[in-house]
Amino acid sequence: MNLEFIQKYANLYVHAAGLTLRLALIGILLSILVGFLCSLVQYYKIPVLRKIIGAYIELSRNTPLVVQLFFLYFGLPKLGIRISSETCAIIGLTFLGGSYMSEAFRSGLESIDKIQTESALSLGFSRFQVMRYILLPQAVAISVPAFAANVIFLIKETSVFSIVALADLMYVAKDLMGLYHKTTESLFMLVIGYLVILLPISILATLLERRLRYAGFGNQSTI
Amino acid sequence: MQDLGIRVLFEGNNFARLMGGLGITIQISLLSVLLSIVLGVLFGVFMTLKNPVTRAISRVYLDFIRIMPQLVLLFIVYFGLTRMFGINLSGEVSAVIVFVLWGTAEMGDLVRGALISIPIHQYESSYALGISKKQTYLYIIIPQTLRRLIPLAINLTTRMIKTTSLIVLIGVVEVLKVGQQIIEANRYTAPDAALWIYGTIFFLYFLTCWPISKLAGYLEKKWKN
Repeated sequence: MNLEFIQKYANLYVHAAGLTLRLALIGILLSILVGFLCSLVQYYKIPVLRKIIGAYIELSRNTPLVVQLFFLYFGLPKLGIRISSETCAIIGLTFLGGSYMSEAFRSGLESIDKIQTESALSLGFSRFQVMRYILLPQAVAISVPAFAANVIFLIKETSVFSIVALADLMYVAKDLMGLYHKTTESLFMLVIGYLVILLPISILATLLERRLRYAGFGNQSTI
Repeated sequence: MQDLGIRVLFEGNNFARLMGGLGITIQISLLSVLLSIVLGVLFGVFMTLKNPVTRAISRVYLDFIRIMPQLVLLFIVYFGLTRMFGINLSGEVSAVIVFVLWGTAEMGDLVRGALISIPIHQYESSYALGISKKQTYLYIIIPQTLRRLIPLAINLTTRMIKTTSLIVLIGVVEVLKVGQQIIEANRYTAPDAALWIYGTIFFLYFLTCWPISKLAGYLEKKWKN
C-alpha cells in the first residue's frame, strides 16, 4: 500500500464521488416523482394509462441498467436523438428507479384499509383531501423501508455510469489502474469511496425504519 | 437506413451468436444461483444462531456485501486478487465467485427472514400435540418456510440474471459483448446496426426475466397464507 499515491490522487476520487452523488440525487428525485405519479395511476386504476404504466414497470424491472444505458447512449443516436452522457445517465436511472419507487408507494397505498377512505369521504373530505391528509402520510410511512432500500439500490446502480463515459468512481479507479498499475491502492480507494457514500445512508435508513415502524395507524395486518 | 440495421441482425449466424451470448449469461447466473441457494441456506441458519460472535461476523459480511456495488466486488476479485495475491482468475470464474458471495448474503437474509417469521406457537402447539422434534421440522416448519422462500429465491434469480450484465466490464464475452462485436464488424456496411442490436438485447433480457418474475409473483400470491 502506497500512501503517497493515495494522497496524491485522493482528490480525483472526491470529484468522482461528487459526480456520482449529484447524478444519483437528480436521478432519485426524478424517480420518486415518476414513481409517485405511476403509483397514483395504478391506485386509482385510470383506464388506458394504467396499462401503459403497467407495461413500463414490467419492462423497466426486468432489464438491467447496463443494457438500458447501452440502448440510450449508443442506440438512440442512430435515430437522430443525441443526448449527452449525463442526461443519458439520469434518464437511465429514472427509467429504472421510477418503477421500483412506484411499486414501493403502491404497496404502501394499497395496504391502507379501504374503510379509511370511505369514512373520510362520508365525513365530507374531498378526494384530494383524502389523499393529502389520510392516505399519503400513512403510505409514505409504510413504504419507508422499501423506499430506503431503493435509494441504496439506485446509488449502487450508478457504478455502471462509466460505460457512458462519465468519470465516476469506477472510471477513476480503472483509469488509475491502467495508468500507474497501482491496483491495490486504486481499489482500496474505490471501496472507501463507496463506503463513505453508502454507509451513512444505510445507517440512516435503519434508524428511519425503526422510527417509522409503528407509524401506520389501524392496520394491524400490515405491521 | 434503418432497414440495414435489421439486416445485420439476421445476417449469417449473427442472431444465433447473440443467443449464444445470452446462453453464457444465463449459465453463469444459474450456476451462481444454485450455489447461492445451497450456501445461503447454511448462512441463513448461521445468522439465526444466538452466539454474539457469529452474529457480528454475519452482520459485517452481509452489510459489506450489500453496500458495495457488485461491480466493485467484480473489480476486486478480477483485478485485485491478481495484483495482491498473484491469483489469476478468468472473467467467468471471478463472476461466479462474486455472484455467489453476493447471492449467499441475499439468500441468507431471505432464509433468516423466513425462519424467524414462523411464530413460536407453531413449535409449541406441535410439541403439545405430541409430535416429535424431527416431525415438527419436516411436516410443519420446513413446508411453511419453503412457501415463503421459493418465490423470493426465484426473484433472486432474475436479479442475478440482470446483474450478470455487468460482467461485460471485466471482459467476459456474453450477450452485450457479442452485440458489440457484431456492431463493430458491420461498422462500414451498416452504421445504424447499434440501435437494432442493443434494442434486441434489451428485449432478450426482458423475455428472459419477465416469465421468471411472473412465476415468482404467481407463487407468492398462491402461497400467501
